Amino acid sequence: MRTPSTRSLQTTVLALLIIGLIVLALGGYLAPLSRLALNPFVEAQTWLSTRFLAIQNYLNAPQDLARLRSRNLELEAEVSRLQAEIIVLKQQISETRVLSALVDFARVHPENRYVAAAVIGRDPNPFLKYIIINRGSDDGLRRSMPVVTQQGLVGRISAVTAGAARVQLITDNSSSVNIRIEPSKAQAVLQGSITGDLTLDLIPQAATIEIGDLVLTSGLGGNYPSDILVGQITSVRRKETDLFQGAAVQPVVDFAKLEIVLIVTNFQPVDIEPLIPSDISP
Amino acid sequence: MKVLIAIPILGSLLVFQSAVLNYFPLLYGTADLILITIIAWALQKNVQTAWQWGIIGALFVGFVSEIPYFVPIIGYSIAVGIALAIRQRIWQVPILAMLVTVFIGSLLVNMVTMISLILQDIPIPLMQSINIIVIPSIFLNLLFSIPLYIIFSDLAKWLYPEELEM
Repeated sequence: MRTPSTRSLQTTVLALLIIGLIVLALGGYLAPLSRLALNPFVEAQTWLSTRFLAIQNYLNAPQDLARLRSRNLELEAEVSRLQAEIIVLKQQISETRVLSALVDFARVHPENRYVAAAVIGRDPNPFLKYIIINRGSDDGLRRSMPVVTQQGLVGRISAVTAGAARVQLITDNSSSVNIRIEPSKAQAVLQGSITGDLTLDLIPQAATIEIGDLVLTSGLGGNYPSDILVGQITSVRRKETDLFQGAAVQPVVDFAKLEIVLIVTNFQPVDIEPLIPSDISP
Repeated sequence: MKVLIAIPILGSLLVFQSAVLNYFPLLYGTADLILITIIAWALQKNVQTAWQWGIIGALFVGFVSEIPYFVPIIGYSIAVGIALAIRQRIWQVPILAMLVTVFIGSLLVNMVTMISLILQDIPIPLMQSINIIVIPSIFLNLLFSIPLYIIFSDLAKWLYPEELEM
């Protein structure tokens, strides 16, 4: 039978042992021992946790997958919407650039008044080179008004309605423009064709023209203002036996990509038909 | 009153041709959707408004194009006449009738256009025009003729259903 003194001695020894262990542990002297003792537990915990997480992921995968798929669809829709927005913004940037160039052109030629118009269609007949623009008589447009871009001459208005107009391009087969060649100052006539190619006719034999010479409107005939750039000479046809020289012209305007044009509204074409002498019959 | 449906249909086709299709030429030839539509309509069995469609289409084209009014009126009227004549003779093979009529109609319309331009003293190089404009235009018209024939065949059956004989 244990006496109370024996019991208290045991308690004291146990307490001192525990305090001693704590002090040793706090001092770090038990670290190797604790490492040795805890390692198996840590290994077991890791093993169990890994398996558990795998099972948990496997069980939760359908929900995650569905959530991911849903999120993916949302993001794809957002990407499509943004891509469409980018296309619209790029188009606006392109139009702004064109308009800005046209405004610069208008600033350089302050003597003219301009109305800007968008090209909305082309003549359905393949033999004719006409475009349709979205401005008409309501915007002050009239027949025979010249049409230009910041690059150069486009043509002139051939027909007008209230809200639209038809423009004959200088590349049209029936178009003829009186021009001046720089630097020789030679006068000639620019003709269109069914292929849209531009040729110069009636160039005097005495005129010295070379490839690269600039072609501008001369203002003769009163159909177009003078000094509007038309194109550049790309080839010269000269035969001593011919009355006149000929040349091919590369237009400065890209007629296949016309988007916005300027109509010169304060230019009045002159009708010179009454001045042309009629044939005198014998 | 059913003939009035020609106005929105032909108008829409002309807008599409002018705003979109003419930016995709073959050499320098373009498709003429109005001509193909008129021919497709004229070849339908129960349709009695082929001439009206032809005139409406010609007026639309004459309004939009710089070409004088009489050119599409004459050209499309000839095409409708040919279509109606062929309809009675090749009725068992409507697709063949469509192709033949579109070929002949396209050729005639382009010839009428060329003649009118020559009469206006506009120089037209004949062989060059045929090679780079007329033949490619005919090819493009033939390309669009079958799909348009199918569409307007369905439209004709809807507007003019066949009466069942009891």
